[in-house]
Amino acid sequence: MSVNLTLLIVMGVLYACGIYLILERSLTRVLLGLMLLANATNLLILATGGYAGLAPLFSKSTDPRDYNDPLPQALILTSIVISFAVTAFMLGIIYRTWALARQDDIQDDAEDRRVAKTPSFDAEDDSVVPEETSEFPVTAVTEAAKEGGPL
Amino acid sequence: MNIASLAPLAVLLPILGAALTFALNRNPLAQRVVSIGLLSLTLLLECLLLASVWTTGTASVTLGGWQPPFGVVMVVDQFSSLMLVVSSVISLAVLIYATGQGMADGDREAPVSIFHPTYLILVAGVSNAFLTGDLFNLYVGFEILLTASYVLMTLGGTGPRIRAGVTYVVVSVVSSVLFLIAIAMIYGATGTITMADLAIKLAELDPGTRNLLHVMLLVAFGIKAAVFPLSFWLPDSYPTAPAPVTAVFAGLLTKVGVYAMVRTETLLFPGDTLNTPLMVVALLTMLVGILGAIAQSDIKRLLSFTLVSHIGYMVFGLAMSSVAGLAAAVFYVAHHITVQTSLFLVTGLIERRGGSSSMDRLGGLAKLSPLLALLFFIPAMNLAGIPPFSGFLGKLGLLQAGIALGTPLSMTLVVGGVVTSLLTLLAIARVWNRAFWRKPEDAEYPAPVLKDSAAVGLLPRTMVGPTAALVVFGVALTVFAGPLFQLAGNSATQMLDRTAYIHSVLGGNAKVPDIAGPDTSIPPQGGGK
Repeated sequence: MSVNLTLLIVMGVLYACGIYLILERSLTRVLLGLMLLANATNLLILATGGYAGLAPLFSKSTDPRDYNDPLPQALILTSIVISFAVTAFMLGIIYRTWALARQDDIQDDAEDRRVAKTPSFDAEDDSVVPEETSEFPVTAVTEAAKEGGPL
Repeated sequence: MNIASLAPLAVLLPILGAALTFALNRNPLAQRVVSIGLLSLTLLLECLLLASVWTTGTASVTLGGWQPPFGVVMVVDQFSSLMLVVSSVISLAVLIYATGQGMADGDREAPVSIFHPTYLILVAGVSNAFLTGDLFNLYVGFEILLTASYVLMTLGGTGPRIRAGVTYVVVSVVSSVLFLIAIAMIYGATGTITMADLAIKLAELDPGTRNLLHVMLLVAFGIKAAVFPLSFWLPDSYPTAPAPVTAVFAGLLTKVGVYAMVRTETLLFPGDTLNTPLMVVALLTMLVGILGAIAQSDIKRLLSFTLVSHIGYMVFGLAMSSVAGLAAAVFYVAHHITVQTSLFLVTGLIERRGGSSSMDRLGGLAKLSPLLALLFFIPAMNLAGIPPFSGFLGKLGLLQAGIALGTPLSMTLVVGGVVTSLLTLLAIARVWNRAFWRKPEDAEYPAPVLKDSAAVGLLPRTMVGPTAALVVFGVALTVFAGPLFQLAGNSATQMLDRTAYIHSVLGGNAKVPDIAGPDTSIPPQGGGK
């Protein structure tokens, strides 16, 4: 019995392609990437079950060490069901994006862009308030002069 | 027979409710009665669970008749039952609020036939994640709550929600894949996925392997808990969802991630191997999050950034791995779930009354609706940590624990925590000044309803009621801070000790390994267990 190298190489290739694909901007490609990642992980779980062995059906004449470990397979089954549901949901979202915007790309967040462009200077909070410290403010004096009063 | 053996009902009742409400989708009234009724029943059960573990200690339930290292177990200890009770209080309040909103709006925002079943499934997933004692079952719990949250996030299918939903789904799936990879690696290394058994077997591993597994789990949970630099997705996706949905997400989903991090750090990988990086990450989460909040002009986005920022406090408490730090973190989680949810609910009311959640469009709300101003003011001051409130007590506990630890890094974090608290006050004060205190005419682009007082929609009692109840619950956390801190302290002691947890699952003969593991040469630091 030996480690199944083919499975491990396939797993590595699936991970590499999956990561490459989820970095794309096209939603369909992102979905394909997620599916590849999920399947690569299933192969990884399978690999943790150890060497290939007999089907885990109990019979008294079999040495326990000859059985395959059934637990990883149960885990894979669960994870397949979950990734199936998520894939179906993502397909729904992609279809909806297409129906709404006629494009398959991830959209920018408009509010995020707006906040990023906002200058750090805020007129309400940061503008200089004209302040006069003198006991006889200039403005009062000039206004009095305009009105023709005594200086 | 112990009441704790009813723990699986905390998951089963909401799932049953989901099935019933789904079957009753043509009868909105029956749906509302069933979902609110079953959730109240769940809350009652969880209060009984809390009372039972308070008196009789940690208990575990074996599911399906398989004995612990092989089958799935559910563990009820003080921390998990506290989380269950707080999360159910929140979800019940939000459910009543959403029902009120649905009745007032004719269900445009949240189509009732889908909303109720999905919401109950979300609650079931959260309860499952809190209760489970099995790593793979934790993954299943996460997936249940995430899948429900995908549907709730994109409810109605409008353009902005779909855009936000894409980011959210992709990030969540990637974090789940990372979690699954970590589970596979852990199973490969130890041959078990029962957490109590892992606590024993992981200690026997080579430190290098153990650290790798530790980091993988923390990264996966860090994405879910929105810890900087893995928090970028949260402020992008939360604000667009309907108000009650954002409220329950903000309250619960990130805290499930924090809960999983706490279990990882205390049960699976005790000791202080990763405490330094965790502290640095906590500091950055606090500061970067709150600086982001100050830049926002939309209240929902601002609150999403404060949510990220305050996760940093919990990670800080966790990273100290001392009883005082962990107890303060547990208290802070309970406080923050309540306060953050009430703030998002109030924002929903602001949006309703003022016509917008953007601070550029709001003004004069304090005059328009003094009740709304009061409902906003109390949790806002609570969040910022102004003295009488629980936010202050939680932060005080964290700062005391940090000073007691006394390392230069923990002192830096204490300073960072105070700065973050002050900056939170600044952010909240900006909301207060702009939306509540200034005249409507001073707003940059005033929303039309502010000027024409006849056009203002009244706030339905079914929405104000649950919000007020939650605000009062937040204040009650302050009033009953003594018993709550005692509970938090007990859970922290139990979690750092681990004996009660491992013995309740594997029986009293199981040997609890030393904290540091066999080969680590780092001695436990001062203040540690």
